[in-house]
Amino acid sequence: MTERIAAVSEALVALREASVTYPTGVAALDRTTLSVAPGEFISLIGPSGCGKSTLLRLAAGLLEPTTGSTVRADDTRLAFVFQSPTLMPWANVRRNVRLPLELGGVANADAKVTEALRTVGLAEFDRAYPRELSGGMQMRVSIARALVTEPRLLLMDEPFGALDEITRERLDDELLALWAQRHLTVLFVTHNIYEAVYLSTRVLVMSPRPGRITAELAIDEPYPRTDALRVTERFVKRCQHLSDLMAGNERGR
Amino acid sequence: MKRAQVFEWMAPIVVGCIVLVVWQALVDFFEVPSYLVPGPWLVAKTLVADRAVLLHSLGFTLAVAILALAASIVIGVVVAFVFVQSRALEMSLFPYVVLLQVTPIVAIAPLIIIWVNDPLPALVICATIVALFPMISNTTLGLKSVDTGLLDLFRLNGATRWQTLTRLRVPTALPYFFAGLKISTGLALIGAVVAEFVAGTGGTASGLAYQILQAGLQLNIPRLFAALVLITVTGVVLFLIASLLGWLALRRWHDSAVARS
Ligand SMILES: Nc1ncnc2c1ncn2[C@@H]1O[C@H](COP(=O)(O)OP(=O)(O)O)[C@@H](O)[C@H]1O
Ligand SMILES: [Mg+2]
Repeated sequence: MTERIAAVSEALVALREASVTYPTGVAALDRTTLSVAPGEFISLIGPSGCGKSTLLRLAAGLLEPTTGSTVRADDTRLAFVFQSPTLMPWANVRRNVRLPLELGGVANADAKVTEALRTVGLAEFDRAYPRELSGGMQMRVSIARALVTEPRLLLMDEPFGALDEITRERLDDELLALWAQRHLTVLFVTHNIYEAVYLSTRVLVMSPRPGRITAELAIDEPYPRTDALRVTERFVKRCQHLSDLMAGNERGR
Repeated sequence: MKRAQVFEWMAPIVVGCIVLVVWQALVDFFEVPSYLVPGPWLVAKTLVADRAVLLHSLGFTLAVAILALAASIVIGVVVAFVFVQSRALEMSLFPYVVLLQVTPIVAIAPLIIIWVNDPLPALVICATIVALFPMISNTTLGLKSVDTGLLDLFRLNGATRWQTLTRLRVPTALPYFFAGLKISTGLALIGAVVAEFVAGTGGTASGLAYQILQAGLQLNIPRLFAALVLITVTGVVLFLIASLLGWLALRRWHDSAVARS
């Protein structure tokens, strides 16, 4: 017990027995405890509508738990990447990426924006408008906007769910590279088991609504991970295992 | 220009020309007296001959319409800002905005003209009442139609209320605002003309409605038609200007304004 509290206190963000019931009466999250330690790459998987976005919004502080509590380390700079690119259509790429810095009154914004755009490979598109970009490029802009504030914790809500397989896998690889280079901590929501296993240090399985974490699987594969991992027997077995756990949740409702 | 674009421009012009020619031919053929229906050629000649008095009246009506439009924009935007800042205010005041909209202007114009002695401000007030509603309702809807994801993003980055208003709500509202503006320009002109009709020939005012009334009393039907043509053309020009402004503001990013390729 003491150990657990110690673990919680050094976490970047932690939920303790947090439940969320929306004003409409929908119980979205049920007594969920979770702690995110520095350097982790945690994936949350679960069926649609089970409360994954709710959990992420709790972690971000966009939502207060109905019961239970959320704890964030004081110096945790976090950034959120939404399911859709969520760009301002009236602003070009540069102005979109610069937004968080402008809102926070950060100096030297232009250099940081340029750097963030270069990181996601969109340096030469800085004058383009969102509607002129493909879905994958828009998502990169969204990621650049998250990186520009140099966050420690990245909360990502099915960021690549709407993209085609090839684009998604490429962005997954780029995300892993960023995570390693910048010593990021990532809490990643997906409904794709393969993506979760490929990316994560730890995968959490959620039950159908009201969501709670029913299983946890550490993925002790070394990084950097490459496409070769996807065809290994261990990888396939883990995916199968997670798939069984999710199916078990479905049957148990 | 592409063929389709040429067609888009030419088709209405051709239709207009055909109507004018047929109109003139019918008037000539049946020898319709000009105090019943003047032919377009006579109307055109009257426009030129009476241009001094007609243009003077046009200036007055235009002034009323533009002042009313300006007032509608300012009041509409301010009221919309207030409505999105306070739900309570919106709920308590919006019914009265609707009341303003559904009250026929001809019913209240006489009162306003009695209360406000000066004809120009009296007419501007009437026209403003007619033109105001689309500005308020469209701008309010626009300010509220904010992408919830962007709203979250602003909150996460500690945006102030003011930053959220100016950087998120206002740009979001622009397409709605311009849609309202297109409606309100026409209404401002209609309001200006109707109010002047109600004010009657008694006032010192001398807008186009006054010219129409006078011409009607004197059975000077060609001049009546000429005044009517001026009102219509003015309305179309105002609408085109409003559309152009909207297009200039939205052309880079909004689906309604971006050229289809
Ligand atoms: N703002 C809200 N108000 C009311 N109900 C909501 C709201 N947001 C989500 N819900 C409901 O809560 C449940 C969980 O939603 P969510 O966290 O978005 O699930 P997921 O991201 O796993 O698909 C769903 O049934 C959803 O309809
Ligand atoms: Mg979701």
